Amino acid sequence: MKYLVTLLLLLAGFVANAQVKLLTLSQLESRVAKGKDTTYVINFWATWCGPCVEELPNFEEITKKSANKPLKVILVSMDFKSKLNSAVIPFVQKNKIKSEVYVINEPDQQAFIEKVDSKWSGAIPATLFVNTKLKIRQFYEKEFTVQELTKTIETLK
Amino acid sequence: MKTFLFACLLALSVTAKAQNGYQVGDVASDFNLKNVDGKNVSLASYTNAKGYIVVFTCNTCPVSKAYQDRVEALNKSYAAKGYPVIAINTNDPVTSPGDSYAKMQERAKEKSFSYAYLEDPNHVYTKKFGANKTPHVFVLQKTAKGNEVAYIGAIDNDQEEVNASRTMYVQSAVNALLEGKKPAITSTKAIGCSIKWKKEAASK
Repeated sequence: MKYLVTLLLLLAGFVANAQVKLLTLSQLESRVAKGKDTTYVINFWATWCGPCVEELPNFEEITKKSANKPLKVILVSMDFKSKLNSAVIPFVQKNKIKSEVYVINEPDQQAFIEKVDSKWSGAIPATLFVNTKLKIRQFYEKEFTVQELTKTIETLK
Repeated sequence: MKTFLFACLLALSVTAKAQNGYQVGDVASDFNLKNVDGKNVSLASYTNAKGYIVVFTCNTCPVSKAYQDRVEALNKSYAAKGYPVIAINTNDPVTSPGDSYAKMQERAKEKSFSYAYLEDPNHVYTKKFGANKTPHVFVLQKTAKGNEVAYIGAIDNDQEEVNASRTMYVQSAVNALLEGKKPAITSTKAIGCSIKWKKEAASK
């Protein structure tokens, strides 16, 4: 039985990892609009960004806690899309990331940054909080602790 | 009370703005920082310059590295026309050992930089200019007022160099200035690496 569980977990991990895909901003928007959840925590990060990597466990913690809640963490990597297989997938596997991970696929960063939020300078980490039901959007160019994440998610309700 | 609160808010927003560094149209102050060849470099050292392409960058950031050759190309194209590139390393060598002075020298030698690559101990000019990531470019133009900031932002809109029809922001801005015009685009945004700030002795 124990082996079966391990096997299943391994398999689940494999499936999750296999799902790191490229994503355009409009694909991200429709992922959020059509998703079953109401609250989305969208973190913009990169494997090469030290402070981003440092705060990822906090987002993972939210994912872990929100299994039965209408809350979804989406990690959107700003790594070059050519690094999907050489950097991002190995990183996700090594760190056993359970949240949904994508690599941004936008040719023009300038337009992309502006569309995510006009206040964004382009520095990462940055996080966008969305409540699709109440049509609330909050954007922060900063790092988050678990407490800060929980608190900010609360304010969206 | 309301007025008082408003005044406080106003004061706060003013302070916040002051910390954000230069805006387009501001006059940049000169610096005197150590180059990789051991000599100090200031804006005033370039007597024939019409302006400057100041690039806040570093050794370690993947985005900066992706732009290394493009920064070199900018200096090759524009130094002779009066707009030399001056690169300033934003990062603290203790926080980011790959950004030490010795590593800067190594990189400059290895890539045969034709431009100055300066260290900025204690982030004095990184903060003064308001560079908040690497690479972050400030194009300055020598005017009667001083070294006026004419453009702030990215080098182009194609970090990964995959789009042949990319918009060359810095090139267009400098070309406009050379023709005696104002750049059409004066500020842009891009993803970059955060500055590796010096860790305070009494940090949390």
